[in-house]
This record gives sequence, structure tokens and C-alpha cells, in this order.
Amino acid sequence: MTHPKQITDCDLNAYVDGELDAEACAAVAEWLENHPEDQSKIAVYQAQNRAMHDLFDPVMAAPLPVEMAQIMATRPAHTGLPVWAQMVAAVVLLMMGAAGGWGLRAGGVISLETPAYVQRAVGAHLVYAAEVLHPVEVRADQQDHLVGWLSKRLGAPLKAPFLGALGYTLVGGRLLEEEAKPAAQFMYEDATGRRVTVYLRHGDGKDTAFKFYGGDQASAFYWVDGPFAYALTGDMSRSDLMDIAHLVYGEIDS
Amino acid sequence: MSAKQQLILAEIPRLRRFARGLARDPVLADDLVQDCLERALKRVHLWQSGTNMRAWLFTILRNLYLNQIRKQARRGMEMPYDEILDTAGAMGPSQEQSLAVRDMKQALAQLPTEQRETLLLVGLEGMSYKETAEIQGVPVGTVMSRLSRGREALRQLMETGKNGNKTKLRRVK
Repeated sequence: MTHPKQITDCDLNAYVDGELDAEACAAVAEWLENHPEDQSKIAVYQAQNRAMHDLFDPVMAAPLPVEMAQIMATRPAHTGLPVWAQMVAAVVLLMMGAAGGWGLRAGGVISLETPAYVQRAVGAHLVYAAEVLHPVEVRADQQDHLVGWLSKRLGAPLKAPFLGALGYTLVGGRLLEEEAKPAAQFMYEDATGRRVTVYLRHGDGKDTAFKFYGGDQASAFYWVDGPFAYALTGDMSRSDLMDIAHLVYGEIDS
Repeated sequence: MSAKQQLILAEIPRLRRFARGLARDPVLADDLVQDCLERALKRVHLWQSGTNMRAWLFTILRNLYLNQIRKQARRGMEMPYDEILDTAGAMGPSQEQSLAVRDMKQALAQLPTEQRETLLLVGLEGMSYKETAEIQGVPVGTVMSRLSRGREALRQLMETGKNGNKTKLRRVK
């Protein structure tokens, strides 16, 4: 039915690099069955990739040169961290490098006490994400009204980040009263019904790095950016949650 | 430290690896990364949230590297392509690296810069053809032909290497 077309060097390389769609992949696979010299070419290219990894991967786990570890610490005032905290951060980086691991993917450089608002964000997530009938107060079909209302109550313009790139759609949102200080909660869910919430309240104006709070039933990434403090809460792996946190941050910043 | 700065920080291990593939001397490689980080931090306001941080940083790094080798060529300095066996560095005291790995080191060194760079970006760093094209500022077709030629050149170099021909090796005893 399908005549195997002439497979070129371009196709073979693209096959090795995962650049072909399923149909083209299948065509190459079929071609390879009858062309052993191309099969061995592909094997050689794959062995080259492995050899490069063997050669260069070890440097990724090697301790940082001191100058590199301190590069953030030499950035002055606009980081928002006092100098002593920047020096601590530099020492932590050195230690992390020496241990051969990169805890940064886990979020957070310094393990400070988790702010109370994060625990409340997680608590609010646990209460409302489990709700079937009324998970939110205002649904996403009234998004403009929702965002306008929350902006007014929090006293600064805010937005509901678009998380479609990771498959999450907005369910809606609600207002939370925390110590007489208003906070906003946006709820999202993916196609499987898994939910995450984005919690916002006024921050103290000092931008921070992503930090991680690991709870029993849900975990959160939290940070301060501009006028607001954020907490993204969900029940999933740390790295999956961090991907969403990055997306939330990027979407709000844009 | 801001969230943007932290995103840059998280890319340091990959930057070191890519730089090591480009410059191969461990000290020069880390110097390149240091310069890259300094430049990136100065220009972090130019990076758009949600765009590809890794590709942006790789672009800065490879441009710094190319500037450096152009400067060296103009000054008539010897290109550091003569192979010297590592006796120190992040890989620890000289263990018996497998023969295949040593061949790869020598063979990579002999490739033209743009072929070596392309092999590293795609084969080592896992960048897509499209990302690589953006990093190098060339069409995707150019990436593919550099890749194809580089892989074939590597293959031939490593085959002749095994036969004991054509390896330029200066041993430091």
C-alpha cells in the first residue's frame, strides 16, 4: 500500500533526534528493516550521543567554583534580600554544589519558616478543591466579573493566569478573608479533574525566589512578585508542581 | 534573589556542561559560564517571562565563545585544539576513561566549530532543531546539514583513530 519512499540522511538524523512525527518515524523504521547499513549508521550516531554524555555529564554534579557560587550574592540591593541573607544563600549554594546535588529544582535556597499565609493557602485548597457542587464562588464563565471583583477587594489589579499550556482550565475563584485581610483564590483543573489553586494576597513588596512547602495532603510553591504574595497549591510531585509555578509566574508577569 | 535570577541559577549545571563541550579546557569553560552569567544578570530585564530561558542563556554563551575564538584567530594565537590529557578537573584524577570516550574527545576537537557546536546542542543538550536554529541564528536546514556532516566526520575520525592513524595526541607525562 505505502511505497517506502527514499529515506535520506536528513531523515536518519531526524529519526535519531526525535524530530519525526509518528508517521515519518514508522516509515524510517520500515526502511531500516531492509537497510542494515543505515541501521548501523543510526547505531553509531546514538553511540556518539552516549559518548558525549559520558564525557561531559560529570561536570554537572561537580562543585561550583567559588566565584560562580557567589554570583548572586554580589548582586546588590535590587534583589530585595538583605546582604546577610545573600551571603547565606551563597554558602548554601556552595554546600549544595559540594554535595553534588541541585536542590534548586525542589525550590527554595534558604529554609526559612513557612509564612502563615502559605499554610492558610494550603488549608483553603484542601477545603475547596474537594468540593463537587460549589468549588468556587464565581465560575469561570464570569471571569471578567471575577477578576474585577477580586481586584477591587484586594485593592490592586490582579489577573487569573492562563494555564492552558499545561492543560489546566480555570474553574473560577473566590474571596477569602484572612485576619481581616482579603485574599483571592483561583481554582484550575485539568482533564482528569485534578485541581490546583492559585492564592494571592498583598505581599510586603520584596520579591523572593520560589520556595516549597511540602504537606501531607498537598504541597505548595510560594513567592512574592510585585505587589502580591502567591501560593500555588496542588497534590502532585514536586517537579510537576514547579512546572505549574513557573507557568503561573510567567503568565502573571507577561 | 528574584525568581528570574533563580531560573538563571538553575541552568548553571547545563551551561557548564555545554561550555565544557565547546571550550574543553575546564578553566576556560568555567570562565565562559561566569561571563555568560554576568551578562545574563545584567540583561535579565530583557528576557521575557515564559520564553525559553535555557535557549537564551545558551545563545549568550556560544556568542561569547565565538567572539573569543575570533579574537584568538586575529591575534594569531594557537587554537587550543591540540589534545592534552586531563590529569585534574571535575572528572577527578585520571581514571582509565574508556577508549571510546577518549576517541570522542579527540575527534570532537578536530571538527569545525559550527559542526561541534551543533552536535553538542542537539546530541548532548537535547535542543530541538528549531531551538538550535534560533540559538545559532541560521535556518533549520543549516542545522541539519551541520549535524549530518558533523556526525559523519566524527564517525570517520573515530574509525581511523581506532586504527591508530591521524590522532594528534600530545601526552603530558
